[in-house]
Amino acid sequence: MNRAWVTIFKRDILLALRRRSDVATTLFFFLIVASLFPLGIGPEPAVLSSIAPGVLWVAALLAGMLSLTRMFASDFSDGSLEQMLIAPQPLPMLVIAKVLAHWIVCGLPVVLLAPMIGLQYALPNDALLVLVLSLLLGTPALSLIGAIGAALTLGVRGSGLLIALLVLPLYIPVLIFGAGAVAASQHGMSPEAHLSLLAAFSLLSLVLAPFATAAALRISVE
Amino acid sequence: MNINWFKYSSPQTFYPLAGRMIPWFAWAASIFAVIGLYISFFIAPTDFQQGEAYRIIFVHVPAAWMSMFIYMVMAGWAALGLSLNARLPAMMAQALAPTGAIFTLLALVTGSFWGKPMWGAWWVWDARLTSELILLFLYLGFIALQSSIDDPRKADKAGALLALVGVVNVPIIYFSVKWWNTLHQGSTISMGAAPKMVTTMLLGMLLMALAFWMYTIAVALMRVRCIMLERERASDWVKEQALSVGGNT
Amino acid sequence: MQWSSWSAFFNMGGYAFYVWFSFGLTALWLVWEVLALRKRSAVALNLAKLLAQDK
Repeated sequence: MNRAWVTIFKRDILLALRRRSDVATTLFFFLIVASLFPLGIGPEPAVLSSIAPGVLWVAALLAGMLSLTRMFASDFSDGSLEQMLIAPQPLPMLVIAKVLAHWIVCGLPVVLLAPMIGLQYALPNDALLVLVLSLLLGTPALSLIGAIGAALTLGVRGSGLLIALLVLPLYIPVLIFGAGAVAASQHGMSPEAHLSLLAAFSLLSLVLAPFATAAALRISVE
Repeated sequence: MNINWFKYSSPQTFYPLAGRMIPWFAWAASIFAVIGLYISFFIAPTDFQQGEAYRIIFVHVPAAWMSMFIYMVMAGWAALGLSLNARLPAMMAQALAPTGAIFTLLALVTGSFWGKPMWGAWWVWDARLTSELILLFLYLGFIALQSSIDDPRKADKAGALLALVGVVNVPIIYFSVKWWNTLHQGSTISMGAAPKMVTTMLLGMLLMALAFWMYTIAVALMRVRCIMLERERASDWVKEQALSVGGNT
Repeated sequence: MQWSSWSAFFNMGGYAFYVWFSFGLTALWLVWEVLALRKRSAVALNLAKLLAQDK
């Protein structure tokens, strides 16, 4: 059980490291989306810092979504996904391994880059800390829910656009609690309530999403 | 009681059964609509705060109720189809989705036509309108996913799973939008609480909701009949059906 | 009865545009849905008929 899990996890990380352009694309996308807003809105620090929580979180949502289609696509085309479906290990556990690998490759870099962009938006230090914390708690939920969308649209034409339509509405609670946490700390309130709700949502997704993803994979591959 | 449900769930027997049921529901819908409209326009008193514009809620609130209710029913059919691996429930879920989306859109448009005279703006990010907008996205996602998968059985199952994921998320989304709305102090008038609910107003809304409900059943049955014809166009019963209706070719 | 005259009824206390547009759009949309489904059913039956007569 554990061996298969670790093997899949290591393999996905290794594959991602070989194709470093995927990680770079996600990061670059995040950076460029976040840089477009000041150009569109103007460089007022007060305005920028008031829109920063929303803009940075939306940019993180979109950047995370870019790589979703690739979560199962290569396994699907080379047949290793079918191996996983008939493997003796429970499929939801294997899904968690793949999602964790996806999050480390595509989610974590965004979390680490975010405070740098936050500085450009004139965010104060404590808000930057809350931003990192909220992204750290929230982005795993994005990968987990995104996995359901990726599994459902496996092998479907135009899956890139479709996945956005399926997954973005489900991301709304993460956006609200995540951006809300940063905004609360900006207004001198405690971000604790937001962060707890965010953590609760991530935990709930961790419990439910792998099962839904596993079911979706079986539907798509059969 | 030992009814053979599987007999009724085959398209071949359900098609004529649905055809016989449609007129009844259509008549029920019309009767409820006529009484409901009469109450909404002639019995229900003018609201002292909102004037006559409040009468929009007689179509807005029932449409909003239906949009949420249909999503629940759709998810129920989806769950049934997924657990029994049966065709009819999945087709029912598919047949309900466009009508649910239409009611969601109507709730949004009428809500904004109510909001313009009341709030002075066509769109206000109040909790209800926002949730309704997200519900529209959920419906569109379901329809888009089903229509982009070619194999109908696979489309049924994928759609069903998405509907179930959606139905688990709807309360969370609604809660988060409410939370967001109370933090960003938005509107002061909320749609449901604004007019002091006189019994006749409530009765009017209930009757309109019943009319929409009956309409939904009739239309869903019509659509499920179309889906059956399209999916099984090569089968013998469809050919018999086609030859027996006559008409021009 | 709430209205002194028919013109008062149609005027809806000055909100005629909003009220009648909402109800009119709803009615129009629902009727359109029924008509579209009738057409869809007729097309499907016609196609099936053509298929049946082919053989």
